Amino acid sequence: MLAFLVRRLLQAVLVMLTVALLAFVIFRYLGDPVNLMLPEDATQQQRAELRDKLGLDDPLVLQFARFAGNAAQGEFGVSYRNARPVSELIAERLPATLELVAVAALISLVVGIPLGVYTALNRRGAISQALQALSLVGISLPTFVTGILLILVFSVQLGWLPSFGRGDVVDLGWWSTGFLTRSGLLSLIMPSVMLGLFQITLIMRLVRSEMLEVLRTDYIKFARARGLPRRLVHFRHALRNTLMPVITIAGLQIGSLIAFAIITETVFQWPGMGFLFIQAVSFVDVPVMSAYLVLVAFLFVLINTIVDLLYFAIDPRLRGDRAVAGGHST
Amino acid sequence: MTAPLLEVRNLRVEFATRRGVLTALDDVSLSIAAGEVLGVVGESGAGKSMTGAAIIGLIEPPGRIAGGEIRLEGERIDDLPEDAMRRIRGRRIGAIFQDPLTSLNPLFSVGDQLVETITQHLPLDAGQARDRAVELLQEVGIPGAEDRIGHYPHQFSGGMRQRVVIALALCANPRLIIADEPTTALDVSIQAQIIALLKRLCREHGTAVMLVTHDMGVIAETADRVAVMYAGRVAEVGPVRDVIKRPRHPYTAGLMGSIPTLDGEAEWLTQIDGAMPRLDAIPAGCAFHPRCTSRVERCNRERPDLAACGSGLAACWAPAATPALEVVHG
Amino acid sequence: MTMTSTTTTTALPGLAARIAASDLFWSFRRSPVVIAAAAVTLLLILVSALAPWIAPHDPFDLATLDLMDSELPPAWAADGDWRYPLGTDGQARDVLSTILYGSRVSLFVGFASVALAGVLGVSLGLVAGFFGGWLDAVIMRVADVLLSFPAILIALLINGVLRGALPDGNQDSVALLVLVLSIGLTGWVQYARTVRSSTLVERAKEYVAAARVIGVPRLAILLQHVLPNVMGPVLVIATINLGLAILTEATLSFLGVGMPSTQPSLGTLIRVGNEFLFSGIWWVVIFPSAVLVVLVLAVNLLGDWLRDALNPKLR
Repeated sequence: MLAFLVRRLLQAVLVMLTVALLAFVIFRYLGDPVNLMLPEDATQQQRAELRDKLGLDDPLVLQFARFAGNAAQGEFGVSYRNARPVSELIAERLPATLELVAVAALISLVVGIPLGVYTALNRRGAISQALQALSLVGISLPTFVTGILLILVFSVQLGWLPSFGRGDVVDLGWWSTGFLTRSGLLSLIMPSVMLGLFQITLIMRLVRSEMLEVLRTDYIKFARARGLPRRLVHFRHALRNTLMPVITIAGLQIGSLIAFAIITETVFQWPGMGFLFIQAVSFVDVPVMSAYLVLVAFLFVLINTIVDLLYFAIDPRLRGDRAVAGGHST
Repeated sequence: MTAPLLEVRNLRVEFATRRGVLTALDDVSLSIAAGEVLGVVGESGAGKSMTGAAIIGLIEPPGRIAGGEIRLEGERIDDLPEDAMRRIRGRRIGAIFQDPLTSLNPLFSVGDQLVETITQHLPLDAGQARDRAVELLQEVGIPGAEDRIGHYPHQFSGGMRQRVVIALALCANPRLIIADEPTTALDVSIQAQIIALLKRLCREHGTAVMLVTHDMGVIAETADRVAVMYAGRVAEVGPVRDVIKRPRHPYTAGLMGSIPTLDGEAEWLTQIDGAMPRLDAIPAGCAFHPRCTSRVERCNRERPDLAACGSGLAACWAPAATPALEVVHG
Repeated sequence: MTMTSTTTTTALPGLAARIAASDLFWSFRRSPVVIAAAAVTLLLILVSALAPWIAPHDPFDLATLDLMDSELPPAWAADGDWRYPLGTDGQARDVLSTILYGSRVSLFVGFASVALAGVLGVSLGLVAGFFGGWLDAVIMRVADVLLSFPAILIALLINGVLRGALPDGNQDSVALLVLVLSIGLTGWVQYARTVRSSTLVERAKEYVAAARVIGVPRLAILLQHVLPNVMGPVLVIATINLGLAILTEATLSFLGVGMPSTQPSLGTLIRVGNEFLFSGIWWVVIFPSAVLVVLVLAVNLLGDWLRDALNPKLR
């Protein structure tokens, strides 16, 4: 168990270093920082001074070490686009994205899992077929189109929900939350539904196919052969076996939610990290781009590691006691 | 003669597939007396497992019972609604499948699975059920049952797991056990132990067994009577000694002759040319006639019914009047 | 028991007859939804390919635009004009025409990026499988890392990097190239993995060793033997990925880092049209959206069907 933990951590560190290297390469070689930071008419002298100050002529390894060290402390330099420290920008935007992602993830699980179970147990029913068809549409529907439709119906036509921004937020230390105000909660509804919708169809299809697989296994067949009632077979046995891989995949999907938040934030002008990133790509604002890359990679690695450990904790086959091996002792 | 415990008459099982309707079991009849061990042998695909599945009511759609009757202690069970059939499973008819590794749910401890089955069929409370579970484990020969009851399936060896499976099948004292290749997935040295266990327990509890296997050795050891199946039909039924030493049906004769023995002089092993036909290409008349060396003109026109032949029944127009092959078996 | 019908095939020549009698076609004929999907896809491809000839107007020829005609609703509405069947946008461009041209761009980028991803993926897979060693290890590691991040993120990143790295990276003229590269360079992994496993299987076979002994160059072995075996799964992957590629392109364009408004794809049209939503001018955004949704849905249905039909386990 301990060995596994250490190994996973080492792996995580390795991936982070690779990503840091990539981010560094982008940071250092994309565009000319000196050109972008100084006005057009800066003198050679000023450029040389800036180069020196930024350490651009130091040995590469040293530059990378400096970059990595800074990155580890959250220090990414100054944004080209609005001349503010990147770390400040990110700290401002992070809560918005995380809250959005959390609510969307919750919605997708609460709606997706029951629907998936239902369509697996009632394969041929009319409702199941309809849901299956809808889920195919759901996967094909571009997420931004969903967002636009939501805005069209609920903001433009009905005027019930706000179509941009986070509403009023309350500051708790450095975290700003939209959960505590009415306008904050109202503003959360459409973006999180839009973000979660794609996930719902994914989870539904995943749960359905996992459950169908599980229902075909020998142990389910044996459970039925032992005379266990359908309720027990489906909801005690099949469901538990189904949910195991589903929970882990759902955890991994949080990473994808963070990425898709970029689109949601753009549609709803949600002041989160994703929106920041898009503006950075558009502008080729390198410090922000490389900071986002490192941060998102870190979140992904964190989530992956947690999910792996979770799997370890809930699957009895992976826990401690190794079996009495082989088939020769009786 | 008392009425048989289980009677299968003219059973017909069909599968609706894209290419039309396939007949997996065609007019299968057999019977099992109380406490008797009936072996069912045949090649893969002959319909042995399908017969067992039909009896216990676990045929998966698109398969269905399309004709015939199955009677348990005189009452029909093939046309019962699912709820009624569920009450029979485990309580009056039990089943054991081939692979002990996949027969047990890996996420539940052995004790959990035992207790849930016991409480399902017997009016015991949790504590009593647990005690009964420990007793059962001891009965099937698991050392340290009291300690191991909380262990998970992967913590047992293959032979141990099959013992657990047997315990599960027997916990409500069913009248009949359908054992579908119970030893095929086990080491040869373990097979003998499991068969001996099964034999002993069934004798002690007075349980009848339908032992499905392709291993004639096991049949010779364990069964009282044996049914030979071919292409979804029964070719021959009779007392074990007679069928093995004096097979009437040419297919049975071929089967017996193809088994190598350690005693007796070295002879050529019989080989039956060709292969068992696929379900969508079963010949008219007798299914075996294209490969049969003793066929007559009638064989390719009319399908033979099971008729009295010697001490048993054989479905053949030209059964061996005197034994076709006097094979020397131990 | 019925076998597949042969009555319709006796008149057709060799290959066509085999296709018509095959399981694949049988499965196709049985599903009206799939037939509809195929028809819709073909129609859209045809119509958009012929856009320059069949579009009622040229929305990019500024000389033909009459600002008096801007913001007209679809023809069946009160102020509509049948010259502009689906209405016009803020710059008097005919929405129907922009959709035709837009689909053209969307489909082009979709196919081009799938082709790029396919060629890249198949080549890398062949190399990784055949040569093994550190080359294989590197390629597979990169593939693993790529797979652990969502495609959109990687496409965005590549997009940003290319814009910064290419000399005119941020210019409209190179947008098409940047887009195809962004999506293509993201999507090669699935092809590479599939081809690699097939290559590993083939490589272990005796005929390869025999060919090497008599001096057949390795490349020839690869191309002649491994490639044909691998085409089936590659085709399935390509069809499924086409939908994703079109979607990714639309998303990138919608986000503002894809096709510019001077050469818009459906995604760009949606972005531009979105700004008119609050003024009640819904047609500029809804019609391109509808076309995009139908296109992706049709392609996905085809991909799903193809995958199920070619899956030996489901037969």
